[in-house]
Amino acid sequence: MTYRPEIRFLLNDQEVRLSDVGADDTVLDFLRIDRRLTGSKEGCAEGDCGACTVLVGRLTTRGLVYETVNACIRFLASLDGCHVVTIEHLAGPNGRLHPVQQAMVEHHGSQCGFCTPGFVMSLYALWMQVPHPTAAQVETAIQGNLCRCTGYAPIIRAALAVSEHGTPSSDYLTVERDRIAARLAALKDGQRVLVQKGESQAILPADVDDLSAVLSESPEATIIAGATDVGLWVTKFLRTVSPAVFVGHLDGLKEISETDGSLTFGAGVTYSESQDVLARHFPHLAPYWDRIAGWQVRNMGTVGGNIANGSPIGDTPPVLIALGASITLRKGDARRVVALEDFFIDYGKQDRTAGEFVESISVPLDQPGRHAAYKISKRRDEDISSVAAGFNVTVENGVITAARIAFGGMAATPKRASHAEAALVGRPWSEATLQAAADELGRDFTPLTDMRASAEYRLKVARNLFRRFWHDQTGDQAQLKSA
Amino acid sequence: MKQTVSIRGATHTDLQHDSAVKHVTGRADYTDDIAEPIGTLHAYLGTSTVAHGRIRDIDFDAVKSAPGVVGILTAADIPGVNDVSPTGRHDEPVFATDIVEFWGQPIFAVVAESRDQARRAAALAKVDYEILPHVTDAADAMAQGYPHVTEPLKLERGDVAEGQKAPNRIKGQMRVGGQDHTYLEGHIAFAEPGEDEDVIVHSSTQHPSEAQHMVAHVLGVPSHSVVVNVRRMGGGFGGKESQMNLFCAVAAVAAKKWNRAVKIRPDRDQDMESTGKRHDFVVDYDVAFDEEGRIHAVEGQFAARCGWTSDLSGPVTDRALFHADNAYFYPHVRLTSRPMKTNTVSNTAFRGFGGPQGVIAAERMVEEIAYQLGKDPLEIRKLNFYGGPGRDLTPYHQTVEDNVILRLVEELEEDADYQARRRAVLDHNAKGGLIRKGIALTPVKFGISFTATWYNQAGALVHLYNDGSIMLNHGGTEMGQGLNTKVAQVVADAFQVDIDRIKITKTTTEKVPNTSATAASSGSDLNGMAAQNACDQIKTRLVEWAAAKWNVTEEEVRFLPNEVRVGDDVHGFNDFIKAAYMDRVQLSAAGFYKTPKIHWDRAKGQGRPFYYYAYGASVSEVSVDTLTGEYVIDRVDVLHDVGKSLNPILDKGQVEGAFVQGMGWLTTEELWWDQKGQLKTHAPSTYKIPLASDIPRVFNVKLADWSENRELTIKRSKAVGEPPFMLPISVFEALGMAVASVADYRECPRLDAPATPERVLMAIDRLQGA
Ligand SMILES: Cc1cc2nc3c(=O)[nH]c(=O)nc-3n(C[C@@H](O)[C@@H](O)[C@H](O)COP(=O)(O)OP(=O)(O)OC[C@H]3O[C@@H](n4cnc5c(N)ncnc54)[C@H](O)[C@@H]3O)c2cc1C
Ligand code: FES
Ligand code: FES
Repeated sequence: MTYRPEIRFLLNDQEVRLSDVGADDTVLDFLRIDRRLTGSKEGCAEGDCGACTVLVGRLTTRGLVYETVNACIRFLASLDGCHVVTIEHLAGPNGRLHPVQQAMVEHHGSQCGFCTPGFVMSLYALWMQVPHPTAAQVETAIQGNLCRCTGYAPIIRAALAVSEHGTPSSDYLTVERDRIAARLAALKDGQRVLVQKGESQAILPADVDDLSAVLSESPEATIIAGATDVGLWVTKFLRTVSPAVFVGHLDGLKEISETDGSLTFGAGVTYSESQDVLARHFPHLAPYWDRIAGWQVRNMGTVGGNIANGSPIGDTPPVLIALGASITLRKGDARRVVALEDFFIDYGKQDRTAGEFVESISVPLDQPGRHAAYKISKRRDEDISSVAAGFNVTVENGVITAARIAFGGMAATPKRASHAEAALVGRPWSEATLQAAADELGRDFTPLTDMRASAEYRLKVARNLFRRFWHDQTGDQAQLKSA
Repeated sequence: MKQTVSIRGATHTDLQHDSAVKHVTGRADYTDDIAEPIGTLHAYLGTSTVAHGRIRDIDFDAVKSAPGVVGILTAADIPGVNDVSPTGRHDEPVFATDIVEFWGQPIFAVVAESRDQARRAAALAKVDYEILPHVTDAADAMAQGYPHVTEPLKLERGDVAEGQKAPNRIKGQMRVGGQDHTYLEGHIAFAEPGEDEDVIVHSSTQHPSEAQHMVAHVLGVPSHSVVVNVRRMGGGFGGKESQMNLFCAVAAVAAKKWNRAVKIRPDRDQDMESTGKRHDFVVDYDVAFDEEGRIHAVEGQFAARCGWTSDLSGPVTDRALFHADNAYFYPHVRLTSRPMKTNTVSNTAFRGFGGPQGVIAAERMVEEIAYQLGKDPLEIRKLNFYGGPGRDLTPYHQTVEDNVILRLVEELEEDADYQARRRAVLDHNAKGGLIRKGIALTPVKFGISFTATWYNQAGALVHLYNDGSIMLNHGGTEMGQGLNTKVAQVVADAFQVDIDRIKITKTTTEKVPNTSATAASSGSDLNGMAAQNACDQIKTRLVEWAAAKWNVTEEEVRFLPNEVRVGDDVHGFNDFIKAAYMDRVQLSAAGFYKTPKIHWDRAKGQGRPFYYYAYGASVSEVSVDTLTGEYVIDRVDVLHDVGKSLNPILDKGQVEGAFVQGMGWLTTEELWWDQKGQLKTHAPSTYKIPLASDIPRVFNVKLADWSENRELTIKRSKAVGEPPFMLPISVFEALGMAVASVADYRECPRLDAPATPERVLMAIDRLQGA
């Protein structure tokens, strides 16, 4: 197989070609150390603080799309064919402040200033999409940005005022969009890309079939989609990921289709990309999706990666299991479909062989049941769940005819509450029935105590969620309102 | 004469942070952004992976042969003294030698060509430990007879036994959690070797002078050989008052050893594991009161998790006692501190410096009284405020002279419509729904001055160049609080020139020596005064000179906006300065200030440790889901006293920021150690500081615009850094009220801090079971 031995991308207004790139080189180190673009900061190197936020533009079926990403955990190799915009590129050539910057200055949105470039980038991305946001939209856009000084109030005031200083239509990235898109298109050559630094190798397959081929050649390769898990293996645990096979750029894994009564999306579809379509079919998932990580991570991370990672505290498996989702695994040209709940065998063990990859995820549509998704965490946003739950209960003529209830954070894998489900089916739809089912949870789960929550709390809150579910369905009790 | 025009950037006006434009464009340089000279090396710490143990052997073979490694530093490589204890107790080795006393204690440093190489190599050392028993918790430390890290303090007044004869008496215990600083910029030091014994260290430090002294101490050279610089920090909050000493020392030792520039920057995990935090406390209280709710006697023991060394634990635990009265008069009182040694990182300064832990204990006692008597806690508060005949003496025998707490609280009560909203909350809860509400109004009184009296001094250096531009330097450090902006405003005012004329430069030990930490909220009080003093010296010379030159009286020389009037003539400021220079007037001065009136006798527990007090109050309303323990902060109203503000918009920013930080301390920020004594919440992924969506849904912050410091502070302003940190105790108490509602407020909810959703739900569970 021929390949291109370099990655090509645009950095602000320059074209960059690099061949000396290892699997685990990060975008942030490249910017700060190699290019001395020190405006992007390292606050955590784990995707949690947003100080490193940059924009990455890429060509999609919807045209050129810019998204915020965490440069600290984004791998350099994955930038092939992208346009990276850093804080240095925002002010005009004459030093004139960008509208976002102007608003931040005017509203005293910085104190120590270390978080500020990251906030500016997140607010920039928001303003391009939503020039007149609500406070709630602002909060969602900066879920992935920590500020320890200001208490956020002045940043939110600034965010609400950006459009007083300019319109997105006259912004550089709008005005130059066609030209940039053409430059990016010119970088694409449909070839496999292979770059290497020392022993460390990164491969970007040409398409999904090529991915299949690469994995047959090196079945032990690390598959990297959004790198929101794998990035941390490198930055926090210093693990080696070479050879790494990147899949985030593959259009063939980005398809979303609604056929044969199923919603199917490719393993490369990110949280952000899947949110609208999921919300349309399963409205209960919309607010839940907003509580997975922060905006930057949702722009990078994939549902496929969340599943493939196999963590007992991943947020998508419980709610997808409740909906009866399945995944398609592929190896070479062979495909097999596995019910999602069967994919998780034990802690750290999934039903996936070496060289096999997740190709797509399918969720049956038109489900008549009563649905809910719950996430319990220490902090409301951008936190890992103590307990996550998906409820899917079918009621016919006042009697429960089917129940799929799955929990995360309660066992070594995401898992259905089978005793509780059994206590529901065939019983009347009533608070007492739900209470009785909740009482079964102790037979389903023996959760652990860790820094996120104690075993007692996990069990107690999981039980209480059955009552929460009842009241949310009947609407007889208010919910906590955050907006 | 009335001024018609005014200068840009005068004091008492809103002015943006001097670096705001640099912040938003990414052009503000932090230590890691300084261009590295060719050949710069990088150091990384290797730390202990047991909480307590004896090092039997270390195998460095894999480290030495790792790519890029230049060398290893251990205690044996330290030319001077292996110690960075900030109080001179010699209890804090840079590198462990024989015993390690907490998980994360530095044992060695690897020096390599790149940071990545150093970091990877540091993980390769094989340390063989003999494991020793460990204690991480202050209560366990007391139970197991662990020592104090420093002498406890006792404050006593009146006859406690007599006071305890009051009709009611409640004893209880409260646990108050610690807090990681989570400054967005972690620790860093960057050392450049010079000739002779010289070394220059750039660091993110609140205390350059101490860093200088520590580097000299560790290198075994005089202080004059060491320069420490800091332009700005990406947040400090107390975490960089003493904790960067070690990093500065390691970078400097390596730089001298290899004669190359050396940078050291821990990753976030190491920063959080190996540097100190806010002390968590176990408070045992015993409060006696009458039927009305008036306190007769208070007895309290404040035990703190200090960690393995003393660091600043002495003054921190002292300050907890100084604030255990908050705004309340205790007729009879005995307070003791127990600064416990534990096998954890040595805890350190953090905004409030022990004060918040004292204040929250006072507020807990108020709650106890209110729930016992079935009254609104606000009523109990007002009843016990300082004020009235014979009710103004603190437990440390300082008289409260500047009390404005009642006025503040009543104004806020009215403004925020507290009474009607409390009734609405009670009505809401009476309906018995799953979402419960709570509301609370809590006050703050906070003492201003370092309790180490000698720290209350400052220096400044002001140069007037002969083109009329001004260079300002002072001993304070900029960590986001806007100190440089405020001090520049003072200078602009003094010379009556636009602030744009004043260049604010990095803090460096070369320009102002023997400075104090920028801490204890004292930054603008001290450095503003020192800068003003420098300006006054120059102005005095200018006035004398001009009066003689133009033959007018000194009163006839007046500094007007950007010009100087001499008799009937008006000179542009630049021309005036140029003329002074030509006549050989000295245009530079070193200013100095020391806080008057204060004194403190620690052995007796008596004195006047504080120059004045800052006050504030807040009302918080919250909603709690009684099924999950999750909550939302619906509304907060703050009224805060900053005296006559030097810069109201920056002060408001401090209040908002402190509020949210304090709220984090009391809600989601939880430090959690496992059985082996390892801190498991050591990065933002596991340690949750507030996000934008956590802040109050309605957040009204007002400064008490009528307030003026009765002491002669800089322009009659008051310190603002720390006092507002305690305002969110009202959030905590409102959460408590929502919890208590499930048992009809019969019982004090006795929430411990932080009130995570888990703690809230478990408290609800406990009360429902009761
Ligand atoms: C700051 C932060 C916050 C987070 N918050 C949450 C949260 O709230 N809830 C939550 O659930 N998760 C959270 N996560 C983790 C979440 O982002 C990841 O689990 C993500 O979904 C993984 O997707 P990815 O595309 O980034 O996968 P990667 O990191 O690229 O890969 C993850 C794993 O999946 C494998 N993999 C990826 N794609 C495939 C494929 N097609 N076939 C086979 N194997 C594959 C990889 O080899 C790797 O083992 C957070 C992460 C960060 C950094
Ligand atoms: S450095 Fe914190 S998110 Fe990247
Ligand atoms: S301004 Fe300091 S962290 Fe945001």
